[in-house]
Amino acid sequence: MPDTILVVVEQREGKLNRVSWETVTAGQAIAAATGWTLEAAVVGSRASAIAAEVAAKKVAKVYAVESPKLEPYTPDAFAAALKHAIAAKHPKLVLMPHTYQVRDFVPKLATAMGRTVISDCIGFKHENGKLVFTRQMFQGKFAADVSFASDAPWFATFQNGAFRGDKAEAGASVAPVETINVDIADNVIRNKPQEVFKEAKQAVDLTQAEIIVSVGRGIKEQKNIEIAKQLADALGGDLAASRPICDNGWLPMDRQIGSSGQTVAPKLYLALGISGAIQHIVGMKGSRTIIAVNKDSEAPIFEIADYAIVGNLFDIVPPLIEEVKKAKAGN
Amino acid sequence: MKILVCMKQVPQKDAPLKLNETGTWIREDVSYEVNEPDAFALEESLRQKEKHGGEVVVITSGPARSQQVLREALAKGADRAIHLEDNAFVGLDAFNTAKAFAAAIKDEKFDLIFTGLQSDDYGYAQTGVILAELLGWPHATIIMQIEKTDSGIKVKRELEAGFFQFVDMSLPAVLTIQSGINKLRYATLIGIKNAKNKPLRKVALAEVQSAIGENLQKIERLYVPQKTKKTEHIEGTPSEIAKKLVDKLRNELRVL
Repeated sequence: MPDTILVVVEQREGKLNRVSWETVTAGQAIAAATGWTLEAAVVGSRASAIAAEVAAKKVAKVYAVESPKLEPYTPDAFAAALKHAIAAKHPKLVLMPHTYQVRDFVPKLATAMGRTVISDCIGFKHENGKLVFTRQMFQGKFAADVSFASDAPWFATFQNGAFRGDKAEAGASVAPVETINVDIADNVIRNKPQEVFKEAKQAVDLTQAEIIVSVGRGIKEQKNIEIAKQLADALGGDLAASRPICDNGWLPMDRQIGSSGQTVAPKLYLALGISGAIQHIVGMKGSRTIIAVNKDSEAPIFEIADYAIVGNLFDIVPPLIEEVKKAKAGN
Repeated sequence: MKILVCMKQVPQKDAPLKLNETGTWIREDVSYEVNEPDAFALEESLRQKEKHGGEVVVITSGPARSQQVLREALAKGADRAIHLEDNAFVGLDAFNTAKAFAAAIKDEKFDLIFTGLQSDDYGYAQTGVILAELLGWPHATIIMQIEKTDSGIKVKRELEAGFFQFVDMSLPAVLTIQSGINKLRYATLIGIKNAKNKPLRKVALAEVQSAIGENLQKIERLYVPQKTKKTEHIEGTPSEIAKKLVDKLRNELRVL
């Protein structure tokens, strides 16, 4: 049997989570580099509909891993179902998106199989027959190439945005779908999840903003947020923040950008005193133009900035507000 | 409730980091601090103890320098500490770190184990979940609220894009704690003084060696990431920078 790659796509309330296409693209790229066969799996109580959607892509086969016990999501049921499917189909490499849900069950699944996960990868390399995965370390200040030192199955998860979901190739013909029915015993599932909900006060939608001025730890104190607000007002943009600012209560949670907040792609993202932790970057790296002001020339935010200003934001922002006002008045 | 908090010492956020000679790790002559989510995990354990009684135990692994995180935790109110002390622990993968912790606490009986949701150095986001599986306990990740119930606990899980979910769980359980779940306290002078007399158990590598094995994954090399984007540096005095930026905003980005 040839070696296979299994991409496990994610569904939410019966719909495919779009980030799954990025993992399909990654799987197709690794398949092309290694010559391994690419397959996909959907896990859930009604996986067949999504399996059909995935079967249109360039994959050799799609598994619908089904059990009524998979709804609602629990880590116990998902790990049990995938352990069963992986033991039956023995893929060499299992790929998933690095979502909060995957983070919740994949370390358990790998451990239950005596294996490991290289998590939150941003790419791969196939060098002299060896597969290595690239991931960020030290909050993005360094990258590491990491290899598996154990037997297959190998598990890897990819960071949101690491591959282009719209580049997932369609297949020449529809791939066959095989249903794997899993029996999950009553005592396997221990957690009792309640309904998913959104906090009511989520009032600000930054996803449509064209200009965002965003503040991070470099703003130092709550009262200093005012100058960022003035800059946002002068530019006609919205004010946002990285997580620590909202954790401190300096700005409401609904102004938070990043993996736990909103994902934005404005024309202009002006980052003030934001170092660029991975969890923040995933929420804003799709911005058309990124301007970063930070006093630390090694801050990871500069890796993705179009314009970099190494300096103290308290020196730079006040004259910038004046210049913006002047420019607007001249219009 | 008896709570174990797993803590890690990581390089300070703005510490300038340099690669070691072999390009496999950083040079360790930098300043360190407590991994931020772990600080929130500790705070939550102290709050739970204040509400429900019990004991807070903190654990870390690493060389002598990492004892600092335990001292700080004891000063803030933890009752005792466990230090797996050896430089070799720094290079363990998440699987083996969890195995070492499980071995070190095999004679203890905790109701809850907290970890931060991920570390600022490796960023695996795995050790807590692996530990739960090794112990055979249920777990929940990225927790923003914990309430005691008649049958166990009710936790609030953070999901993506502003969604949340309450989950009822039985004890014992492992929870990975999200930053921002609470407001951190400072250590008091009396706390710092009292910490000196609190028990700190040292565990040598040899004591847990039989529980751990070869790493299941290996860092082949560590390097400064290649830039994929062309970055233009804007330099000058603040007013020069402001003028240049506004020119870009107006004539190149056309947002003014």
